[in-house]
Amino acid sequence: MEKTVNQKAWFLVLPVLLLVAFSAVIPLMTVVNYSVQDTFGNNQFFWAGLDWFREMLSSDRMWNALGRQLAFSGIILAIEVPLGIFVALNMPKSGFWASLCLVLMSLPLLIPWNVVGTIWQIFGRVDIGLLGYTLDAMGVSYNYTQDTLAAWITIVTMDVWHWTSLVALLAYAGLKSIPDAYYQAAKIDQASRWKVFRFIELPKMMGVLMIAILLRFMDSFMIYTEPFVVTGGGPGNATTLLSIDLVKMALGQFDLGPAAAFSIMYFLVILLISWVFYTVMTNLDRKGA
Amino acid sequence: MAKITLDNLAHSYLPNPASEDDYALKELNHDWDDGAAYALLGSSGCGKSTLLNIISGLLQPSQGRILFDGRDVTHAPTAARNIAQVFQFPVVYDTMTVRDNLAFPLRNRGRDEAYIAQRVQEIARMIGMEEMLNKKARGLTADAKQKISLGRGMVRKDVNALLFDEPLTVIDPHMKWELRTQLKKLHHDFGHTMIYVTHDQTEALTFADKVVVMYDGRVVQIGTPEELFERPEHTFVGYFIGSPGMNVIPARIDGNKAYVNGAFVELSQSYRPLSGKVEIGVRPEYARLSQTEGLPVKVRRVEDVGRHKIIRAEFFGNDINIIADEGEHISADMNRVSFDAGHVNVYANDWRVQGEAA
Repeated sequence: MEKTVNQKAWFLVLPVLLLVAFSAVIPLMTVVNYSVQDTFGNNQFFWAGLDWFREMLSSDRMWNALGRQLAFSGIILAIEVPLGIFVALNMPKSGFWASLCLVLMSLPLLIPWNVVGTIWQIFGRVDIGLLGYTLDAMGVSYNYTQDTLAAWITIVTMDVWHWTSLVALLAYAGLKSIPDAYYQAAKIDQASRWKVFRFIELPKMMGVLMIAILLRFMDSFMIYTEPFVVTGGGPGNATTLLSIDLVKMALGQFDLGPAAAFSIMYFLVILLISWVFYTVMTNLDRKGA
Repeated sequence: MAKITLDNLAHSYLPNPASEDDYALKELNHDWDDGAAYALLGSSGCGKSTLLNIISGLLQPSQGRILFDGRDVTHAPTAARNIAQVFQFPVVYDTMTVRDNLAFPLRNRGRDEAYIAQRVQEIARMIGMEEMLNKKARGLTADAKQKISLGRGMVRKDVNALLFDEPLTVIDPHMKWELRTQLKKLHHDFGHTMIYVTHDQTEALTFADKVVVMYDGRVVQIGTPEELFERPEHTFVGYFIGSPGMNVIPARIDGNKAYVNGAFVELSQSYRPLSGKVEIGVRPEYARLSQTEGLPVKVRRVEDVGRHKIIRAEFFGNDINIIADEGEHISADMNRVSFDAGHVNVYANDWRVQGEAA
C-alpha cells in the first residue's frame, strides 16, 4: 500500500510536543544544567564538568541515604505484598460486606500524605499520642524521636497502614476475575488450599501484583512527606531517606550543583530498577508461555 | 463405579423457596445405573448443570438425598465422592506443563510416580497430546486446553462417575466427533458411569445409552434415543428432539378421532374424554403431502436441506413442518396433508396420554 506523504501532519504532533517539552524536558534540562556548573552567588555560573557527579559518588552521605532508602522500600514491599494478598484472600466475595470492606480499605488511600504523617506523628507521641502513651504506660520503651528502631518501626507501620490497601484492592480485583469453574475443578482434583493458591490464585493474580509491586516500589522510593512530617529524617540521619536528603541539600544548604547531580542519579536509579524489574518479569512471563 | 440414586432431590438457589417456580431443580427421584452412559439433554437454564453439581458435591441440595451404592453422600464433600467432572470452559493450571496438569489429580491423591507416569502417557495418547507433554499449558489453544481438562477428568481409573458439563462447546466440529468417539470407547473399555450434559441433541443421541431430557427444572423423559423420537412423553421432548421438531396442533379428542377445526384426523387408539389443553403431536417424518389425500394445507415454503425436503406449511392456522424425500416432486397443487395414524400422539397439558386399543 502506498503511504500518503503529507508533511503538514507534523503540525498535529506539535501540541503534544510542546506540552511534554514544558512539563518534562525543559525542567529536566535545567537540572542537567545545574549539575555541570558551579556558582558562588551573584548569578555567576562556572563550568564544572562531571565534578559534582564524582563528588557525590564518593560521598558517604549519598550512599548511606541510598542504603536506607533501599532498606525502606525492601521492608515495606516484603510486608505489604504478602499482607495485601492475605487480606484480599480473606475478603468476602460479594454482597454488603464486600462493599463495606472495599470502602473502608480505600479510606487510607484518600488521605493526603502530610495528614497521614501528622496522624502518626501525634499517634506515636509519648506525651499525648494514644499509641505512644499506651506503650509507655505498659513499660515498653518507645520514643521515635530518640530511638532509631522506634523511628523505623513508626514510619514502616505508617506506610503499611497507608498503602497495604492498594495491594489488597489490586489483588482482590485479580482474584475476582477467576471463574468459579477453576475452584470447582480444583475440588474435583482434590487440590489442597495451598495448591489452589499456588496454581490457580497466584498465577491469575500475577499481572496485577506486578503492577502493585512496581507502583509501591516507585512510590516508596520517592517517599518524602510522611517520614519528613513524623521524624524529619531523625533521630540523627536515621530516617533520612533519599528525597529528604536531596531536599536538605538543595533547599536547606542551597548546594544546587551537587543536588542536581544527586537528583539525576536518583532518577537513573529508579529508572534502572524499574526497568530491570519489568524486563525480568516479562521474560519470566514469556518463558512460561 | 457406583449406582447413583437421587431420592426426593430438589434444589433452589433462593434461601426460602415458596412456590415450585422458585426451584431450579424440581423434585426428582432417579437411579443412575452403574456403568451406564447417560446424556442429560435440555435447553440452557433448565437445571442440567445444577443437577450435575449436586451429584459432584459442588452444590448442596435444598432437599432430598443422594446415594452412591446405597451410601448417603448428600453432605459429603466433593473429594469424598471420588468423582471426575469436566466443565464447559477449559480449566488448566497455567503455570504447569501439560504433563503436570494431567498428573495433578493423581498426585493429590498420593499415587506413586511410576503409576502416574504410565497413566499420563496413556491419557496423552488418547487425547493426542503426547508431543506436547512438556509444554506449559498457558500458551495452548482453547481446544488443546479443553483436551487437557478432559484428560484430567479421565486420568483416574477408580472414579465413581465421570460427569461432563457440555465439554465440547469450545472444540471445533471435526475434533468434537473424534473426542466423542474416544469418550464412548473409554466408556466401553472401563465401564464408568458417565453423565454427559449437553443441549445438542446429536451429541446426546450419539453418546448415550439413555437420554434424560430436562425441561424447566424437571426431568420430562428418560429413554433410549428411539423412545424419545417415537413416543415423546412431553411436548417439549417432541419439539426439542428432531430436526425440525414435532408438530403440535391443538385438537379436540373424541374416541379415536382428533378434531382440528371441524376436520378430523384418525388415531390408532381410542381415548377417554380429556380436559385442559389438548393437542396432537406428529413428527414431520410421519406427515405426507399429496394432491388428494388428507386435510387441506397451505404450503408456504419448501426448503431443500440436501438429504430431504422440509415443507413449511399452514394447517388450520397452525404452522407445521412436513418432511418429504429428496427425490419427491413437490408441485403447486399438492395442498393436502395426511398423518400416519400410528405415529400421532395425544397430549393433555403437554404430557402424553396413553390411549386404549380402538
